[in-house]
Amino acid sequence: MEAGTQVAAAPGTHVLGARRRRWGEGAIKAALLLAAAISVLTTVLIVVALVKESVPFFREVGGAFFTGDEWSPLFNDPEFGVRPLVIGTLLVTGIAVLVAVPVGLGSAIYLSEYASPRTRRIVKPILEVLVGVPTIVFGFFALTFITPTILQDLLHLDVQVFNALSAGLIMGFMIVPTIASISEDAMSAVPQGLREGAYGMGATRRQVSTRVVFPAAISGIVASIVLGISRGIGETMIVLIAAGLAPSNGLNPVDPHATITGFMAATAKGDNPAGTIGYQSIFALGLTLFVLTLVMNMIAIRFVRKYRQVYE
Amino acid sequence: MSSAAEAAAAGAVRTSFKSGRSTRIWELAFKGCLASCILVSLLVLVVLLEQIVNDGIGSLSLGFLTDTPSRIDPASSGIGPALTGTLWLMLVCTVFIIPVGVATAVYLEEYADSDRWFNRVIEVNIQNLAAVPSIVYGVLGLAFLVRGPLSMGHVLLAGGLTLGLLVLPVLIVAGREAIRAVPPSIREGSMALGATRWQTVWKQVLPASLPGIATGAILSLSRAIGETAPLIVIGAAAFATSSPTGIFDDVTALPIQIFSWISDPQPEFKSLAAAGIIVLMVILLAMNAVAIWLRNRYERKW
Repeated sequence: MEAGTQVAAAPGTHVLGARRRRWGEGAIKAALLLAAAISVLTTVLIVVALVKESVPFFREVGGAFFTGDEWSPLFNDPEFGVRPLVIGTLLVTGIAVLVAVPVGLGSAIYLSEYASPRTRRIVKPILEVLVGVPTIVFGFFALTFITPTILQDLLHLDVQVFNALSAGLIMGFMIVPTIASISEDAMSAVPQGLREGAYGMGATRRQVSTRVVFPAAISGIVASIVLGISRGIGETMIVLIAAGLAPSNGLNPVDPHATITGFMAATAKGDNPAGTIGYQSIFALGLTLFVLTLVMNMIAIRFVRKYRQVYE
Repeated sequence: MSSAAEAAAAGAVRTSFKSGRSTRIWELAFKGCLASCILVSLLVLVVLLEQIVNDGIGSLSLGFLTDTPSRIDPASSGIGPALTGTLWLMLVCTVFIIPVGVATAVYLEEYADSDRWFNRVIEVNIQNLAAVPSIVYGVLGLAFLVRGPLSMGHVLLAGGLTLGLLVLPVLIVAGREAIRAVPPSIREGSMALGATRWQTVWKQVLPASLPGIATGAILSLSRAIGETAPLIVIGAAAFATSSPTGIFDDVTALPIQIFSWISDPQPEFKSLAAAGIIVLMVILLAMNAVAIWLRNRYERKW
């Protein structure tokens, strides 16, 4: 605006070349917005891809997808009941949560309430390394070490080569850093005054941790657990390698199980031509997975908003 | 416990003493439990690394890095094509995510008015994208890049773009943090000297936030090259016999080769898988080390 008046005052001498550049500024902003729009486009295309191929799938399979109890898309007489895959997914994720919630929250309380700054500086980056380990490595470890050495030799469990237990256990350690780091952030954000008040009334460190800090940070803690669960549900390689590919309606963790993600990968590997029901089943499973994780993510965000205590 | 009289005599004193000691014991036990939570995670990490080095070190040699995989002879098998494929994927990924990721971060931090609905949509959307399972990105790549509208087939270009879309949110978040760390006074100074907004961003904000952005880019790339599931879905070649020479060759990558060895029932191939994992982990650790070094060396404190 100022540039415009200057140009009017001294015609011909474009101060700082303002006119030309202002046009360029607009173009640049538009280009940047376009780049930012790519991420929105990604979401749109994910939904379009999943829905487009799922529609013919559901037209053919119908409600049997939700009610059937057998998943065998590549047989001559295919069955498309998603229940065994959902059971497998929830079973493996459930085992993972049983490991990750106590270990993750214990680590978070220790780091936030007990550890010296020096310990924290050393331990946190090491936990970050766990985040960086590719999941195929965890899968290999579950198959070649957890199952034969820990479960069979050490604990004498009657597990099969592929089983939900080893996949779930190791998936737990994959999730631990997610739960630990988000919960620790939430606990560290609890104002010092609350702790001091409790100490002043004679509370011990344990009582302060469990009865003051923990409840005050509960929204972040729940969010971390929900995000951890959603990571577990979406994890593919661990279950594909260690849990086997046998859809099962049973709940015995020493047996092989198949998950939604595992079957998507296995079906895709089979190289089904586009248009076949096998190809479409990848998309129907993908849609199921997408909706599941989206709901979990929304619960986490909602929880944080609703129960977050705002401290001055 | 020996006699009721004794207990009654020392009753009052003992209860208070006992409760004092038991409180202290509980405190210690609680702290011990918490510390063991951390120790068990560290133990798993150590055992994991130790096992993989143990299994794989025997198969590791210079030839292993360059040889092609063989189904018959594990001894002469290598990761040559897979490693080349991973390098190509990194190249495609870098060329794609750096301009798009940095532009998005600049837009959201420097230009976007967060009261406008579409800017809020972009922000929420990036949060949600970060939580989408990686295999779903594979489905996206399969539907739009490999088949469907673009129909490029399962080539490295499609694989690199798929991985790029997957890690884009990571880079955007890191880029935004780096840009936000540049103090407003730098921008104000630049603009007071007559620079336009873009000149300020290009000449002041971006150079100042470069170390943070570079760190974010390296971490995104290291996440991308460890991914297996999306590449399986878009149809990566489980068994590449020759090294890819361009982005229009078939997708093959280190994790895919490792996975195909893990799936092989012959035990000799397990050690090849472990050796492949060692190479992958060394690459990842090196990238992380560079990222940390960059951050410590060049990050400015304002």
